[in-house]
Amino acid sequence: MNDGVNGVALAVFIFFFLAVTVMGFLAARWRAAENADNLDEWGLGGRSFGTWITWFLLGGDLYTAYTFVAVPAAIYATGAAGFFAVPYTILVYPLIFTFLPRLWSVSHKHGYVTTSDFVRGRFGSKGLSLAVAITGILATMPYIALQLVGIQAVLDVMGVGGGEDTNWFIKDLPLLIAFGVLAAYTYSSGLRAPALIAFVKDTLIYIVIAVAIIYIPIKLGGFDDIFAKAGHALAQENPATGKPKGELASGDKSQWAYATLALGSALALFMYPHSITATLSSRSREVIRRNTTILPLYSLMLGLLALLGFMAIAAGVKVDNGQLAIPQLFENMFPDWFAGVAFAAIGIGALVPAAIMSIAAANLFTRNIYKDFLRPDATPAQETKVSKLVSLLVKVGALAFVLTMDKTVAINFQLLGGIWILQTFPAMVGGLFTRWFHRWALLGGWAVGMVYGTVAAYGVASPTQKHFGGSSDEIPGIGEIGYIGFTAFTLNVVVTVVLTFVLRALKAPDGVDETSASDYTADVGDPGVQADLPPATAGAPGGH
Amino acid sequence: MSDTSTDRRPVVTPSRVVAALCLIAPFVAMLWVGSYGKVEPTLIGIPFFYWYQMAWVPISAVLTSTAYFLVRREQRARKGGGSA
Repeated sequence: MNDGVNGVALAVFIFFFLAVTVMGFLAARWRAAENADNLDEWGLGGRSFGTWITWFLLGGDLYTAYTFVAVPAAIYATGAAGFFAVPYTILVYPLIFTFLPRLWSVSHKHGYVTTSDFVRGRFGSKGLSLAVAITGILATMPYIALQLVGIQAVLDVMGVGGGEDTNWFIKDLPLLIAFGVLAAYTYSSGLRAPALIAFVKDTLIYIVIAVAIIYIPIKLGGFDDIFAKAGHALAQENPATGKPKGELASGDKSQWAYATLALGSALALFMYPHSITATLSSRSREVIRRNTTILPLYSLMLGLLALLGFMAIAAGVKVDNGQLAIPQLFENMFPDWFAGVAFAAIGIGALVPAAIMSIAAANLFTRNIYKDFLRPDATPAQETKVSKLVSLLVKVGALAFVLTMDKTVAINFQLLGGIWILQTFPAMVGGLFTRWFHRWALLGGWAVGMVYGTVAAYGVASPTQKHFGGSSDEIPGIGEIGYIGFTAFTLNVVVTVVLTFVLRALKAPDGVDETSASDYTADVGDPGVQADLPPATAGAPGGH
Repeated sequence: MSDTSTDRRPVVTPSRVVAALCLIAPFVAMLWVGSYGKVEPTLIGIPFFYWYQMAWVPISAVLTSTAYFLVRREQRARKGGGSA
């Protein structure tokens, strides 16, 4: 597939990349506040983002380059099963409608920057808060690594990076440059950089999808032909398993897996630190609720994108690595210059979430490990400094991960990360609605969920891998195949409830709850709600 | 439905019930995979399985918006009642 470098596509790609780099550095001046030396400013953009910026930021954050590559790749490989991403993103919004506004209120009342901050304040337990923080960091790291895998796929198809015989330095140089630049402007501009770049990314993505979904079917003879060919290809026997490769609609045997994957993933999404970072940076409760009504536009896009997987089958794209299916489809179908635009969309699509994820992981480390355990007397300026440094470290770590280990390792860890992060749901969402759960019970439930999920995922074999071969396994007691993360979550809840009864009966000491009922419904303008730093530039000197 | 504040009005009101139903409906529809796990009828060549689920994207967006307006209206009414 590496038939030389695609010059035109590469030139367009580089043009867009340079443009967003300039934007990234200029972002520091956008809506700047007088005193930028605190974590609210660098890490949450001054908590001043309105409906549209939040929409772009959340969209840029949740629908990552990896999503764009992996969802159609899953369809390309297995058919219907890969489409679970659509019901998953449908369910996310009614779900977060119920609890995110409460998180926003309590966080703004008490100045929480991370979910662990909230858990510590609500349950008075540093241990539980540490468990949530570590889970968040562990789950985020491979996610950042996978953004790099997304960029790599695009570079590969453009013919940059060479084949197997190039030396490693030349091969990885473009990726190193891309990441160096990303690290530099995240360091200097904080959350403002990805917020601004998200505009460019989403505009490009929407254009590419709109064109792809009209232009490619016309070239391939319409959806009838596409699905006929895809159905035929999926019915073929997979030589490794002796079963058909996939199906066009979920059959009886795969429906449990489909539903539990959709539900489990929906529950997990807003447990990820980067989702919360983008949420807390918004200006008010209203902004969040309003966003739950407009974010589904991205789900529609995701659904259309997923269909590209079938087009790749129908177009006869043959790749060993499923991740390359969509970039290769673009290269085969589009004129060179537009392929360049599409690749730029994916490439920039990797930078936005990678920036937000590294900021979120850094915030967790600073607030819930550094400040809680290492330097309780750290000043806001010190916190910001540590956070900035950690965000660099996190990115370097992700880079090292991708460059030194096989790609499948990153994918395996990402799969585990999804299972792990779901185990923080009872502490966080449970805590938003009730104080009934005992802190030690939550810790116990979390531990059981983590261990079960990890062991079960380790035990899943696939034709190509002995361990971590997939995210579904038999549900004990039901006998159907279901998402491991969801089974682990169910266990987690059961253990938490039982232990809470026991601990309450034993009168185990309950932590101090620093929040009160009205904190959860407070909105901008209510007394005590930490005023979001002045919106726009009202507080900035010189009035720019 | 998420706003159980401290004032003495009833927690369960008709508009809250409707809002809750709006939020629950997508879960019922999407998790009942058996109801849409089939190829026919197709729409412009796209199997039912895909277009049905994609149709639920705008449907759930409308339902969530409805819940949003109901909750906001009720909140404003409560704020007007002088709660801090």
